[in-house]
Amino acid sequence: MDRKDRIRAFIQQSFKDYAIRDDEDIFSVGFVNSLFAMQLVRFIEGEFQITVENEDLDIDNFRTIDFISRLVERKTAAVVS
Amino acid sequence: MLTETIGVVGAGVMGCGLSQTLAQTGHRVVLVDKSDGVLEKAKQEIRAGVRTAALLGKRKDLDPERILGAIELTTDRERLSEVGFLVENVTEDWEIKKEVYEAIDRICPPRCVFAVNTSCISITKVGAVTRRPSQVIGMHFMNPVPLKATVEVIRGFHTSEETIATARSFLAGMGKQAIVVNDFPGFVSNRVLMPMVNEAAMLVQDGVAPAEDIDRLFKQCFGHKMGPLETADLIGLDTILKSIVVLHESFGDSKYRPCPLLVKMVDAGLLGRKSGRGFYTYATEVR
Repeated sequence: MDRKDRIRAFIQQSFKDYAIRDDEDIFSVGFVNSLFAMQLVRFIEGEFQITVENEDLDIDNFRTIDFISRLVERKTAAVVS
Repeated sequence: MLTETIGVVGAGVMGCGLSQTLAQTGHRVVLVDKSDGVLEKAKQEIRAGVRTAALLGKRKDLDPERILGAIELTTDRERLSEVGFLVENVTEDWEIKKEVYEAIDRICPPRCVFAVNTSCISITKVGAVTRRPSQVIGMHFMNPVPLKATVEVIRGFHTSEETIATARSFLAGMGKQAIVVNDFPGFVSNRVLMPMVNEAAMLVQDGVAPAEDIDRLFKQCFGHKMGPLETADLIGLDTILKSIVVLHESFGDSKYRPCPLLVKMVDAGLLGRKSGRGFYTYATEVR
């Protein structure tokens, strides 16, 4: 599974049969509230072995699968370099 | 804002949220619990809480280590000997609370106000086991504490006006508003919420509708932010059960009899969000 698939698989658990799009605001569909954002942070930290620093702790970074994927990409690149 | 150090007894979910909120609003806190294990978990809980506050509140300035620096975590109750205001958050069990109040009444300065963080224990009864019943007041904080702006404040039979004023300024100092009600079983919020949740569980039990549809009716028809069963999962089904049992015992009225399905779920370890499953199943967290 690529990065986006792994993120989508985690999010999808809370969305039942609703197929979430990669550019869709996950908080606007009504299945999860803002508290889910922290679960997401902990998930990506564990799944991708990264630490989300204070400067990236902004709910806007977690609104869509695309945004989350971009953040993970940036963080993993930072670890490698 | 109170400039004195604040005592917080009980480092569970509420005690952690409370200590975090106090530290974030510039207070010094002494957080006491019985075991080092609980305190170690509390540290992690507070760190995660500060991160959540940063995440949701766009507060990048909030640094978990700095916030933890304002909180002294200890198993030594004697460290409460100089606190000016104390909030107690131990388990909602009368014998446990009674023992705590008898002890802190001896340890804390005579001027110290005791706020009982409870959703169901009689404030008047707590006051009676201390030598300062006029300085005992109820504070029913909602979870998660850092995100909830209002607190149900309960005036016990002997609670003085001065104590109510102190409690109001204490809450204002942590950015919260008080709604003061009188002491009576379940106060206002639980007396309405618990039978409602209990009845919603009966609907599931009787096969009238699935949990999702029950909740959607309340959200979409009445504009509630969360339905009764989502709320139950958030609070914890064990806590719900305890509360409804207390109401049942207090009023002796069968309208508060606990729903058998709720009892069965608690027995099965389905406690809601905290156990990963309740009326809903939650995304598995990586720890």
